[in-house]
Amino acid sequence: MDALDLARWQFGITTVYHFLFVPLTIGLSVIVASLQTAWYRTGKHEYLQATKFFGKLFLINFAMGVVTGIVQEFQFGMNWSEYSRFVGDVFGAPLAMEALLAFFLESTFIGLWIFGWDKLPRKIHLATIWAAAIGTNLSAYFILAANAWMRHPVGYQVNPETGRAELTDIWAVLANDQAWSTYLHTVAGSFIAAGLFVVAVSAFKLMRARFHGDTGTPGQAPHPSEHGLFRKTLRAGLAVTALAGILVAFSGHHQAQLMAQDEPMKLASAEALWEDEDGAGFSIFAVGDVVDGRNHINIQIPHLLSILATNSLDGNVQGINDVQERYEAQFGPGSYVPNVPVIYWSFRLMMGFGLAGVAVGFIGLWLTRRGRLPKHRWMYWAAILGLPAALAANICGWILTEMGRQPWTVVGELLTAASVSPGVSLTEVALSLALFTLVYGVLAVIEAGLLWRYVKAGPTHVVPPQDDDSDEDRDAPVPAFVY
Amino acid sequence: MDLPTLWFAAIAVLWIGYFVLEGFDFGVGILLPFLGKTNTDRRVMINAIGPVWDGNEVWVLTAGGAMFAAFPAWYASLFSGFYLPLFLVLLALIVRGVAFEYRGKVDSVQWRARWDQAIFWGSAIPALLWGVAFANIVRGVPMDADHIVTANLLDLLNPYALLGGLTTLSLFTLHGAMFLSLKTGGEVRLQARRAVPMIALVAVPAAAGFLLWTQVSYGTTWTLPLVAIAALTLVAAVALALRGREGWSFTATATTIAVATVVLFGSLFPNVLPSTTNPAYSLTVENAASADYTLSVMTWVAVIFLPVVLGYQSWSYWVFRKRITREHIEPTLVPAGRPGDA
Repeated sequence: MDALDLARWQFGITTVYHFLFVPLTIGLSVIVASLQTAWYRTGKHEYLQATKFFGKLFLINFAMGVVTGIVQEFQFGMNWSEYSRFVGDVFGAPLAMEALLAFFLESTFIGLWIFGWDKLPRKIHLATIWAAAIGTNLSAYFILAANAWMRHPVGYQVNPETGRAELTDIWAVLANDQAWSTYLHTVAGSFIAAGLFVVAVSAFKLMRARFHGDTGTPGQAPHPSEHGLFRKTLRAGLAVTALAGILVAFSGHHQAQLMAQDEPMKLASAEALWEDEDGAGFSIFAVGDVVDGRNHINIQIPHLLSILATNSLDGNVQGINDVQERYEAQFGPGSYVPNVPVIYWSFRLMMGFGLAGVAVGFIGLWLTRRGRLPKHRWMYWAAILGLPAALAANICGWILTEMGRQPWTVVGELLTAASVSPGVSLTEVALSLALFTLVYGVLAVIEAGLLWRYVKAGPTHVVPPQDDDSDEDRDAPVPAFVY
Repeated sequence: MDLPTLWFAAIAVLWIGYFVLEGFDFGVGILLPFLGKTNTDRRVMINAIGPVWDGNEVWVLTAGGAMFAAFPAWYASLFSGFYLPLFLVLLALIVRGVAFEYRGKVDSVQWRARWDQAIFWGSAIPALLWGVAFANIVRGVPMDADHIVTANLLDLLNPYALLGGLTTLSLFTLHGAMFLSLKTGGEVRLQARRAVPMIALVAVPAAAGFLLWTQVSYGTTWTLPLVAIAALTLVAAVALALRGREGWSFTATATTIAVATVVLFGSLFPNVLPSTTNPAYSLTVENAASADYTLSVMTWVAVIFLPVVLGYQSWSYWVFRKRITREHIEPTLVPAGRPGDA
């Protein structure tokens, strides 16, 4: 272990952790804004309850996403100073824009939304949650444009005098095909996670109502007045998941094609494809030998990889050993092969977990058609487990993206080993890694405990139920969330 | 003014925004255990900054992002060179942010007491360390020809830097007291006004000493009048507070913080990070800057969007302009805890 390894572990741990909260923030901000819009339009009390209930869960999650995001902005300079020095011209610009255009919008308007319930006219207050949701989704675009540049650098040249990358075309960086393609794929994945969050919470409450007798723990079933609410949010969550599932599949296909063009080594590793091949098959299960550069076992669906990567039955897909040879000829001696087993399995787990989550969306929509509810308890559990599956799929996607880019930080330009901070010692990184892990671990337990507590308490706890269906109190002030 | 100099000024503006705004919410966090004797009073204090602290914090993210984009070498050398202090700032900001959001979510004395600790330390540590860091930036650090900072932790804890830390810590606390007397009513307001002279006993000599030291050792001609203005506004702030002119005294500490930040950046210019190993190794506005294309792109973005940000942030302060008192604090709706929690 040297400082480089620990710095990579720290980046991995802090980023994966950050990304447990980010997809939920991206999706839930829009879902909560939509619920509030439904309340604004119809005046129905249950939409207010749903807005405040899911809003509270959203805020518990949002806080974690914000504070762990600060680390992301700083650790490029702290742990990756030579990377920062090399790319700052190009990579810093979208980061600065993210802060100025998106973070300010998100954080200012979330404050207005939390505290503004009884201070702002309803229309303006509704606009604040939409502004925060737009800020959140805008921030995703800028950071993904920066990340896309590392995988497919465009709009720059390396100044021979300074040895640094210099920006030549900001539009090329912002309109990078990897940027918008990754954005669609990531945001779709986020909406699957957020949709399944709503599904999991609703399914849990409905399950407790239905199988009330054998839980033995009172207070977890929804208040009778909430039953209709959770049926609606269950359907809404399933619909969001299914729609985002369609988008994730199409954008994923596009991502594979871009990967074949820009990062052939990543695609080859994700498929354990060792030699260039026309009409390559899609691997389902492989046991390989990394040292020998071949597979012992490889079960494939014929031609599928070529279709996925090139849109043609017999398209050529490059293999690990051949890309290695070409890279050695181009960049000099060294290994350009990432950790193949990790890449191969993270790709399969991403698709497996992701498809399982999307399946919950489609099957769930069918099972809940025309006001039905599933009869079997395991079906509710399957819906609840969709949430961890979706989060795992998001994480596996990032492991594939980031570890598959190795040994590069900027493909073809800068190696990870040359990116690390030379002045930061092993002891310093070990200390920060240990403390980040400890604090993050403790906060995760607290966050999960709080979410559980508020899910159990339910919407009537946040907004009391209405006695009758009259709209008498439509204009009564709604108390704000306060600290 | 050429583009790198313009961006040096822009980054100074972002840090001014950060220190003036988050300065008072750090101060409120530091004062929390001292002025908030009851849970209700603590909630008055926290809710006074509740709607705005997160927006205030974005100023430092923007400052960091702007340094990355406009002066990559500065961002790289500084952030890696000040690794441990920045790591502590990050940890502090993490627990502090979560504490604001989570403190009121469980009805338990012990739960709240722990988050109160988190808010206090999460505010005090960055308030101290930003001063230590900026003093070291002005003073310079051991740095080699490749611009790699070779300072260890003890190099950073020199007397000048410690005085810098004490200055920001006490100045932000004072600024927080001014904010609380302006933005709260009742007991908290009274307590905050009473605290002003006590905090001033530390803040005035610390800030005066630190700024004088800065001027004598690192200052330039045009920073001299600014040192005088910073000192005068600070004394005026205390005098105005004692006369109950709460709006003016808050404006005065805001001015002190802004002008003192200008003094630091002015003393630093045209360096961005001086090397004490060899002045020739220093990072300067010229050798640390991005190419002109990046800087002009960033200039357009800033010219268009910074006024928009200032507009809606000001509006948010306007919406929450009223004083917060105990009467505004409603009992929180928290789910019943486990037995023994309360």
